[in-house]
Amino acid sequence: MKLIRLAVVAGFAASLTAAPALAGPDDDSLTVAWGSTGPIENVDNYFNTNRTGIWFSRMVWDQLIYREPKTFEYKPLLAESWEALSDTTWQFKLRQGVKFHNGEPFDADDVVFTLNWVSNPENGVKVQRNVDWIESAEKVDQYTVNIHMKKPFPQAFEFLSGPLTIYPNEYYAEVGPDGMHKAPVGTGPMKVVSVKTAEEYVFEKNTDYTWGSPKGEAQVSKLTVREIADVQTQIAELLAGGIDITADISADHVDQIGGVPGFTAMQAGTMRTGYIGFDAAGRGNFEPTTKLEVRKAMAMAINRQSLVENLIRGDAGVIHTPCFPTQFGCDEGAAVKWDYNPEKAKELLASAGYPDGFEIDFYTFRPADWAEAIMADLAKVGIKASLTKMPYFALRDKQRNEGTTPMFLMDWGSYSMNDMSAITSHFFKKGADDFALDDEVAAWLEEGDTSSDPEVRKAAYAKAIGKITGEVYWLPMFNHVRNYGFNERLAFIPYQDEIPRFWQYGWGGS
Amino acid sequence: MLAYALKRSFSAFLILIVVSALTFSLSHLSADPALTIGGEQASDEDIQAIRDLYGFDRPIYIQYIDWAARAMSGDFGESYHYGERVSTMIAGRIGTTMTLGVLAILFALAVSIPLGVVAAMRPNSLLDRFALLIAVLGQALPTFWFALMMIIVFGVWWRWLPISGNDTWAHFVMPTIALGYYATPALMRLTRAGMIEVLGSDYVRTARAKGLSPTVVLFKHALRNAIIPVVALAAVWFGFMLGGSIVIETIFNLKGLGWLSYDALLRSDLPVVQAIVLIFASFYVVLTLAADLLNAWLDPRISVR
Repeated sequence: MKLIRLAVVAGFAASLTAAPALAGPDDDSLTVAWGSTGPIENVDNYFNTNRTGIWFSRMVWDQLIYREPKTFEYKPLLAESWEALSDTTWQFKLRQGVKFHNGEPFDADDVVFTLNWVSNPENGVKVQRNVDWIESAEKVDQYTVNIHMKKPFPQAFEFLSGPLTIYPNEYYAEVGPDGMHKAPVGTGPMKVVSVKTAEEYVFEKNTDYTWGSPKGEAQVSKLTVREIADVQTQIAELLAGGIDITADISADHVDQIGGVPGFTAMQAGTMRTGYIGFDAAGRGNFEPTTKLEVRKAMAMAINRQSLVENLIRGDAGVIHTPCFPTQFGCDEGAAVKWDYNPEKAKELLASAGYPDGFEIDFYTFRPADWAEAIMADLAKVGIKASLTKMPYFALRDKQRNEGTTPMFLMDWGSYSMNDMSAITSHFFKKGADDFALDDEVAAWLEEGDTSSDPEVRKAAYAKAIGKITGEVYWLPMFNHVRNYGFNERLAFIPYQDEIPRFWQYGWGGS
Repeated sequence: MLAYALKRSFSAFLILIVVSALTFSLSHLSADPALTIGGEQASDEDIQAIRDLYGFDRPIYIQYIDWAARAMSGDFGESYHYGERVSTMIAGRIGTTMTLGVLAILFALAVSIPLGVVAAMRPNSLLDRFALLIAVLGQALPTFWFALMMIIVFGVWWRWLPISGNDTWAHFVMPTIALGYYATPALMRLTRAGMIEVLGSDYVRTARAKGLSPTVVLFKHALRNAIIPVVALAAVWFGFMLGGSIVIETIFNLKGLGWLSYDALLRSDLPVVQAIVLIFASFYVVLTLAADLLNAWLDPRISVR
C-alpha cells in the first residue's frame, strides 16, 4: 500500500500541470464515483440493505415528510400537513399536483398502497424494522390518509422522512420489486435513465419537479454514478477528468488532492459515532473489563482529544455520549465525562488489583494507526493491548456469536436516523451486540423507545446515558469524518447524515 | 497413453472436489453469512430469519453436499446478494474475463517469443541482456503497482487511454499489458533456452551446411521445434491469466469474473464465490491437463514415468 501511496503522490505531483477536464461544467452533467459500500443489489428502496440504496432513494423518490439535513427539522414534502388523531394514529393531508416520472398523478391511493404493501410481512421487505411498526394505512379522501401504528411509535417521523419512500401504486402493482429495480419510477428530483447493476446508474433532471419541494430542483441535467471499487482508480479518474467527485478517499488523500490545482478536498463531520466497547458483562470470561475501576482507568488513560486532532482531523470532535448529540434524546448533560488523566488511571488500576497493568486483546476493523494511538496511551498506564484487525462483518460475527472481544473500537452510523434509539437501543437492550447486559439500562431504553410523550422519552434516555457512561460500558470516542475530493468548480455540500444529495450539486463554483 | 490420460483426468477431478470443499468451509468460517447479507442495520430477528431462509444453521458438511449435488447438475443456485441466478451472472461477466485473458496471453507471446529468439541468436550480447532486463522486471514488479504506474502515465498525465471501465477496445489496452507482462518472463526464458538448444543441434547445423538461408533455418527449422514447450506453458499461463485477473479487473474497474469474485468475497456471497472458484480451478486444471497430455504425446517418456 505504501507503494500505491507513493505512486499516487508521484501522480499528483506530475499532474499539477494538467487542468481538470471540463466535460461536466460544459455539458451540465455530473459524474460521480461511488464504491466504498459496493453495488446495490436491487435499487428498489425496500429491497436493499446497502448505504448506496439510501442516496439512490433520495434522488428518485420522495417521502411524506422532509427532514431538513442541516437542522434535522421536519418539513412538509409529499404531505402538506399532519396531526395526531390518537397515540397510534396520524393523519396526513397530501400535496396536490405532484406527478410520478411516468405521468401517474400522486394521491392517497399511492400512499395507502405503498405503506400497506411494504408493511405486509409476506412481501418480504428486507429491513423489517423500517415497516413493522405500521398497522395499516387508510384512505380518508383523495388527498388525506390516516396511518395507524401497532403501538405508540415516537420514531415514526424518522422513518416517514427516511426509508419510507412513496411508490406509484398502479405501476408497482404491475411490475413489483423486480420491475422497480429495472426501471425505477418515483416523484423525486431525478429520473432514472438506466440502471446497470454494479456498473453505472444514469439519471436526468425531473423537469416536473417544480412544485416547491424543499429538496429543491436538480442543478444538473444529467448525472452518472459509476461504481468504481478501487479508491486509487477513483482518484486517477478524478485527476484525469473522468469523474467530478469521489467520497471514498482517506484522510491522507485529502491533503494530496487539495494540493492539486483545479481540485478541492474536504473532511466533513458525520453523525457516525466511534466508541470503545468493553466486555463489562464478562461474555468472554475476561476478568479485568468486568471491573468498573478498570474501565474507568482505561477511559482516563486514552487521550481522545489528541487522537481527534492528529489522526481523525477535519470536523471531528470528541463525543461523550453513547449517541450523536443531534439525535433525539441524546442529552450531553446527562453523560459522565472522562477527562484524560493517566495518573488517576494508574491509581484506579492499582486499587482494582492491577498495579502493573494487564494484557488485553483489542479488536477493530478501522485503520490500525487509530488503534495504535490508543494502545500507546494504554501502555503508558501499564496496559498492554494487542491488536487484532478484522474485516467488519467477521468482527461483528465474532462479537455477536462468540463474545470473545474484551475491548473493541467500533462505530455506528445510525442508518442516518436522528433518534438515539437507532444507536443506543441497538446496543444496550440485551441483544447479541450488548456487552453490558444491564437490565436497568435496557428498561429505560425500552421506555424511551415506546413512549409517545417526548419528555418521558428524554428523561428515560437521560438515565440510560448516565448509567452507560458512568459505568463506562462504552467510552464514546469521536464522530467520524467523510473525506471528499472534487473538481473545484462543483458547488458541493456535505451533510452530517452521510447521505450525498447529488441533485443539489451544480457547477456554480469558481 | 490412454491409462496416463485417465489417471491424470481422475486426479484433476479430485483436485476440483478438494478446491470446492476448501473454499466452501473457509468462506463459512470467515464470517456468518447471515450477518453480511442482513447488512449493518439488520436486527437480531432479521439475521435469524436469513439464517432460516438459507439453512445456515445446518452442519457445514450437509450444506456442502447439498451445494455440490446441485452444482453437479449445473445449478449453482442464486446469489444471496443480488438474487439473480449465479449462472446468469457468470454468463454476463465471463466475456470480459476471457477477452482480457486471451488478449493478455497473446500480448505475452507477442513480446516474449521475438525477445527470446533475438536473445538466443546472440547469447550474452547486449540484446540478450536487454531481454533479460525485461524478464527480470516482469517478475519483480508487482502487477498492481505496474498497473497503477501505467494509469498515472497514460491515463492521468498524457490522457491517452481510458482508466476504468470496459466500454471500448481502448479500455483493454492497459489491463492487457499489465496482466500479460507478468507472463512474459517465463515464456521469454523458455523460448530463449529452447532456441539455444535447438540452434546448437545437429539438424540445424545440417540445414545450415546445406546452404539454407539463416531466416529459413531460424523460423522453419529451429523455432518450430523450440516453440512447442512454449505453447504448452502458455496454456498453463492462460489459466493463471484468468485467475490473476482479480487484481487487474478491480484496479481497472473491468466488471468481469475477477471483479465479481472480489465483490462476492467482500459480501460473503457464497454461491457466487463457490461457482467462480470452481470455474477458475476448472480452467486451470483443464489447461494443465491439456499441457501434460500434449507433452506426453510429444515425448512418450513422460507417460512411462
